[in-house]
Parts: sequence; structure tokens; C-alpha cells
Amino acid sequence: MAKNILIVGGGLAGTIVANGLCRQLAPQLRSGEVVITMLGTTETHMYQPGLLYVPFGRIREHELFRDQRKVLDRRVIFHVDPAKHIEVEKNQVSTEGGRTLKYDYLVLATGSRIMPQSIPGMAEGGHWFYDLEGARKMRDALAKFEGGKIIVNANAPHKCPVAPLEITFMLYDYLKAKNLLDKSEIIYTYPIGRLHALEPVALWAKPEFDKLGIKYETFFNTESVDPGAKTITSAEGVTLPYDLLVTIPPHQGAQVIVDSDLGKGGWVPTNTKTLHRDGSTNVFVCGDTTNIPISKAGSTAHFEADVLIDNLASLLTENRMARDYDGKVFCFIETGSSTGTYVWFNYTTPPNPGPPSQMVHWFKLAYNRLYWLSAKGLL
Amino acid sequence: MQTIDARGAFCPGPLMELIAALKLSTIGDQIEILSTDKGSVADVPEWVAKVGHKMVGVTEKGDHWSIVVEKAK
Repeated sequence: MAKNILIVGGGLAGTIVANGLCRQLAPQLRSGEVVITMLGTTETHMYQPGLLYVPFGRIREHELFRDQRKVLDRRVIFHVDPAKHIEVEKNQVSTEGGRTLKYDYLVLATGSRIMPQSIPGMAEGGHWFYDLEGARKMRDALAKFEGGKIIVNANAPHKCPVAPLEITFMLYDYLKAKNLLDKSEIIYTYPIGRLHALEPVALWAKPEFDKLGIKYETFFNTESVDPGAKTITSAEGVTLPYDLLVTIPPHQGAQVIVDSDLGKGGWVPTNTKTLHRDGSTNVFVCGDTTNIPISKAGSTAHFEADVLIDNLASLLTENRMARDYDGKVFCFIETGSSTGTYVWFNYTTPPNPGPPSQMVHWFKLAYNRLYWLSAKGLL
Repeated sequence: MQTIDARGAFCPGPLMELIAALKLSTIGDQIEILSTDKGSVADVPEWVAKVGHKMVGVTEKGDHWSIVVEKAK
């Protein structure tokens, strides 16, 4: 009887897990002892970090997408058929297309989504770059922008923790290139009492902002946006006027997680080391879907996936787990249109970003293409 | 009471985790956050006061702190 591994979610986390398992379990796949199936929501795979460049015309849209079937190893059975209900007690998942799939091991990699609609007025009054439609609208709004107040507004929780800083520095460079700096003001808002969640990054960003004249409002958690009056108001009681609102909306996990009663807000309670769903021995969680209190980022998904691949392969071939996830996260940080830096940390090693350089920026640009090797599990 | 174990969490950190959890809670819910970051002892109460939630208590527990907050609005 074949062992069925079912992966729910075709984003970066699920894709790396699927491709990595194909390499680790090649003999078992060939003999039919193991079957790997993935349920995705779309035919295409999107390089999400590339959306940051869309508003500035610095990436072509077609560069963001690949056919998911070409990214996936051919041995993965791939259905574009979103999961509708996940029943961990019965070891089965039903889909919107009417399938019911049984599994021996389940990987939940359903990701996260922006929820601008959760804040009154945000969807109508804000621009964002966290999905393609939003990034296009922001590009169009920037093209028409002739000066004024731009608010960059970060909300909790959100994926890609450095994106609010990156978009701010990139906006500054964009305005400078358009000779709009003298007529413009950038105001950055952040949910906690400093400019970034990571203290060393916040300490680095503050003098950079001061040098560039970028203003900031900390302890700012958006309560409402008034698109008519063009104001944004925080739960802390501060109201700011804007001419262009660039927001990083709050995120939630996938609706199927909520509907299946697997986690509040779509975040699945997960063991920080084994990546087991709490209460399950055959259900693993990977990427943004976990409730682990670390960054929701592609690198987190990647490092978690590497551990999951080893553990699932070991379970199937040696009936034991191979190793623990150590909490590793790595993020590039674009510090403008021509410089960048990076930061890494894990559960026990604090972050310590180095000085920005052109070299790191170039490497980030190279990674925009190397990503596809990551997704294929080759990097 | 929901407990968020943010011990050793560098990013997004204990306060950001608390803010996110409160968004999914209803008025009257209490949330305990565990933090190894001494800064949480200052910045959580500061934020709670600014936004109008209620501080229930801060307890030092050896190598970490337990901070309990009640959603009030």
C-alpha cells in the first residue's frame, strides 16, 4: 500500500517540500511505495518579493510568474483544486472540485493573505504592492503623483518584515529621480515603538531616515482610513492627512484553515522545532501558515521546508525524525535603488545587519532570478 | 487564556505578536505573552496605555517575563 503525502498549498513552502521530497524519495516514488500530491489554487507560481519592484517599473510582470507544473518535479501529482475542508481526525482533505483525498502525511502550506478589508476605508483609500493588482494600481498612482504627503503605513501582522522599510527607501529614491522631493514628504508609521521589529534594524534605520528627512510615527496601529478626507487614524488616537497612502495591510492565514477549525486567523499552532501541528504526529506545517512567532518570509519557508523534507524522508525510510528546525531566517534589505544589506538570525542568535553596499543589492537582484532554483529545491 | 510563547523571538517580537493576537480576540479576552526581552516589560505597558487596553500584570519568572493584557476596546 503506497504512503500518500499530501501537500496543501502550491506557494514557495509547498513547492520546495514537494520537489525536495522527490529527490530524497526517488526510489520509493519509482516503485510506487510513495505518492506525492499537491493541491494548489492556481496554475501559476508567483515570485512574491518581485512585487516590490512593480510600482517603480523595475521588473517586468512576466518575470514574476512561471507555470507551476514546470516548477514542480514531474513526479508530483498536481491538482489546481483548492482545499475546502481539512479533517485531521480522518486523515483526509476535501476540495472545492469535489475530490476527497486520504493521506498518511499532510503538509499544510496554505500561506497568508492581505486583509485590507479588515480595516474600515483601507481598501478604498490605500495602495499596496502585496498583490499584482495592488502593485499595478500603486504604479499608476505614483505615475500621477506630483508631490504631497506619502504615508507608508505598516500593520501587524504582515509578511516580509523588511518590506515597509524597503518601499520607503525606494519611494525616496523614486521621488528624488522625479525631482519631486522638494514638494513631497514621506511619513512612515509602524505598529510598535521603533522603526522595525528587529532592534538592530530599527537602530540602523532611524539615522538613515533622519538624514533623508523621512518622518515617522511609531506606536501606530491603523484603526480606520477616511478616503474622502484622505486621513488615516490609529488605534492610539493619531490622525494623519495623506495625499498618497501606501499601506502594508494586516495579514491572515488561509480561509480553509479557519473553516477547518485548525487555527485562529488561519495560523496553525505548530511545534517550533519539529513543525508538527500541535496535537498531530502526521501533520506538518510550513511557511506563513504556522503560528510560530518568527518572521513570515520566503526564507523562513525555505529553511523550514529543508527540515520537513529531511524529516518526512526519514520517517518514511527509517521511521524516525532527522532534525529540528532552528528558527533560521534570512532577509535581504533593499536600502534604496542601488544599495542593500541583509540580516539573519535564529532562535538563539540575534540579528546583526552589516552596512549597506552595492554588492548586496546586486546579489538581491540576482536572487530575483535565482529564486526559481530555490523553488525547484536546487538552491 | 491564550498564551503566546514569544521567548527568544527576535522578529516580529513579543509586542507585534501581542498586537496581532489582540486583533483576533474579543473584548474582555486576556492574553499572556511570554518574553525573554526585558524591553517588553516597558514597551508592552506603554503601548497598552496608549491604545486603551488593560494591563493585568507583569511577573518575572526566572529567565523570562509573563505579561498579561486584557482587550478593552
